[in-house]
Amino acid sequence: MKWLRYGFVTGPLIGALWAVIMATVAAVAVSFFTGFAVAPVIVPTLVFGAWLGFVWLPDSGRTRASRILWGVVLAGVVLAVFWLISPALRAGAGTKTGALIFAWVLFAATTAWPLERILRGLRFGALSRHEFEEAVIRFLTGFGYIFFTVIVIIPFYVMVMTSLKSQQELLQNPLDFAIDLSRGAELLRSYFELFSDFNFGSYLWTSFYVSVLTVLLTLLFSVPGAYAVARLRFRGRAAFSRSILLIYMVPMIVLALPIYIAFSMTGLRNSIFGIVMIYPVTTIPVALYMLQGYFRGLPAEVEEAGLMDGLNRLQVILRITLPLGLPAIASVSLYVFMIAWNEFLLAFMLLDDPSKFTLTRGVAMLNSSEIPRQHLMAGAVIATVPVMALFLGLERFMTRGLTAGSVKG
Amino acid sequence: MAAATPPSGTGPLARREARLAWGMLAPTIAIVSAVIILPLLSIFWISFKPISLADLRAPSPVVREALRGRPAAPGDAARIEYRLRNSSQTKPIRNVTLADDWPPGLAVREMDGRCTLDGTRLFCDLGDFEGGQRETLKIPVTVNKEFFDAGIDPKATVPKLSGDADNILLNGEFTLENFRKVFDGKEFLQVLWATAFYTVFGTFGALVVGLFAALLLNRSFRGQGILRGLYLFPYVAPVIAVAFTWVTLFDPFSGSANALLVQMGVIDRSINFFGQRPLALIMVTVFEIWRYFPLSFLFILARMQSIDSDMYEAADMDGASPFQKFRYLSLPQLLGILSVLFLLRFIWTFNKFDDIFLLTGGNAGTRTLTVDVYEQAFAVSNIGAGAAVAVVIFCCLLLFSWGFFRYISQEEGL
Repeated sequence: MKWLRYGFVTGPLIGALWAVIMATVAAVAVSFFTGFAVAPVIVPTLVFGAWLGFVWLPDSGRTRASRILWGVVLAGVVLAVFWLISPALRAGAGTKTGALIFAWVLFAATTAWPLERILRGLRFGALSRHEFEEAVIRFLTGFGYIFFTVIVIIPFYVMVMTSLKSQQELLQNPLDFAIDLSRGAELLRSYFELFSDFNFGSYLWTSFYVSVLTVLLTLLFSVPGAYAVARLRFRGRAAFSRSILLIYMVPMIVLALPIYIAFSMTGLRNSIFGIVMIYPVTTIPVALYMLQGYFRGLPAEVEEAGLMDGLNRLQVILRITLPLGLPAIASVSLYVFMIAWNEFLLAFMLLDDPSKFTLTRGVAMLNSSEIPRQHLMAGAVIATVPVMALFLGLERFMTRGLTAGSVKG
Repeated sequence: MAAATPPSGTGPLARREARLAWGMLAPTIAIVSAVIILPLLSIFWISFKPISLADLRAPSPVVREALRGRPAAPGDAARIEYRLRNSSQTKPIRNVTLADDWPPGLAVREMDGRCTLDGTRLFCDLGDFEGGQRETLKIPVTVNKEFFDAGIDPKATVPKLSGDADNILLNGEFTLENFRKVFDGKEFLQVLWATAFYTVFGTFGALVVGLFAALLLNRSFRGQGILRGLYLFPYVAPVIAVAFTWVTLFDPFSGSANALLVQMGVIDRSINFFGQRPLALIMVTVFEIWRYFPLSFLFILARMQSIDSDMYEAADMDGASPFQKFRYLSLPQLLGILSVLFLLRFIWTFNKFDDIFLLTGGNAGTRTLTVDVYEQAFAVSNIGAGAAVAVVIFCCLLLFSWGFFRYISQEEGL
């Protein structure tokens, strides 16, 4: 691997890889943005990137004149490759020149500027291990940010944009996610139809109050339980702690089967009451586990002082532990709310009556060949937005809830 | 004088504390055992039962009541008809009875031998019904003036029916057929393979990708918070929303991914990403990685930020290169959380149902054990076989959690 550690090898290599990544990103971005396909061509892109990597290498080890000279000479090679094979970015069938130029500008900018940053600090000749590895890390970092941002954003972008389209537009060009702002309120047509024809207002409300009730019931059960496990000494405490963890490893589908049978026989199926009965039980172990970890971290001395001053246990919990544990309770509540809001399996199995659907069950109903895709995506957006808003608004609590809740998939 | 001995056993204070603790835990224990432990045990019971979806509704008598003969004036003849049938085509019902309140003003002309009328209350003892049996009970009546005065439709009161039927869940009939069916041949091997592939690669993938993401964000720069929030999106969004988005995106006919690849010239014809072997299984695993890398990333990041920076400074002084620092300093520190995460995620990926069910419905070689439970129980309507698969899952889990606790007890943290 030693031969890699020369500036004139490392630079072009990193440049070539970076150019391929950026060409792909630029092509996908422009295609999804304008609806006209632009394709990266691998060999010319590699050559172009390698050239740029060579040119951007700092002066050290060579004179400026030689750098410019080589740059110009090799540019001729790049152009020759472009002319002989194809340019780095190629227009797909029917793509307008404007889109192609846009893609080129995007590609050139996102290749040249970051590449200069990545290669800064390299030398032309032999590199020390530090210099080499740092350049590689800068490359990987840049790649990582772009990779993760792209893979996270694309599905959500597709979800939102599809929901704003009309059936005709979707069939015409599935690639075209540009929206026609002149349609005005027409853009939101799928949403209006979901609320007026598909009863989504009621699903939204059902999901909301089911989730809130789940949170309240969960707290009601898990706060005393967590306190007992965290603070009180009794035989079987460790075993209890473990069985909580064990219980929360039981897959829902295994439970759903007998619950379905029991609910069918008792007539609880198709009732919100049944759902509200089941949801908290699935979240109590998680909440109990999270809360007891937090309660354990609170200083016991404060509580002991309270006991000395004549409070009984209940008063200690209400006046000392709960106020101190408020942030944890907020995290747990948010987390439980999220679980309940996103829950799909039980709602799917236990609810058949469209008047009683929760939001997730309502969205599942939209997944049929008779209902157009934009309605399905609009439903998905409606289901996502509240939980996202909650998440973004209270990210600090949410992140902690997620970390503490740890294992719940 | 007797030597002073320290008190042994549990004192009254300790007992009181323990009592309080159990008191506070009691509601949780009660509800959790009712809804989790009990169903778990019942799964074992059901898995030995020859029971299908249709058996869930116990056979019951069904009736339709009608007033025939169109009485128009007092004194007209009419008849009350009860059409009865057994809701089950195969299973008998014993001791069927019918009770109904009649409106006033109906005089019976000829009573059916099995029925008695007490005032306005009719009671019939109809004996046993065979599977699929139908019967019509006719009671001729004369309609009096009172009936028209009151103006009550005989149908207004719903007749009450009763009957004893065998409940398949409770009787003593057992079978090993369910397990035989589940373990039968190639299909089960296919299911096991899909489960193993999905679980192992899904877990590893999410862990490695999560580690990469954590390394990226383990530095402070402007927008770090925003990126961290953004990278959590896949996990926070409802599974139903993101799964359907993926399905839409990769649809073979109208999906944007296919359109993009075709127009770019990468592929000639649309690929059915979620519909062909072995691509579907890979796609489902990729989805799993995409959706759950945020979780591992969050954990690893939290652990990274608690690593002391002194060590890195010392390493810098000693001239360690960045990769060496990662390999010899960060990785050993992260090994604990990585292995805990691996075990937990392994179990949870193994348990995953929603994602695969929504993406492929278990088709094209993506049927894992959990999806098999659903398929057997609801698609094939064989609840018993579904329960048998659930028992298999449960046994696997017991094995995993044994490993988990063995390992976790040595690990810090969880």
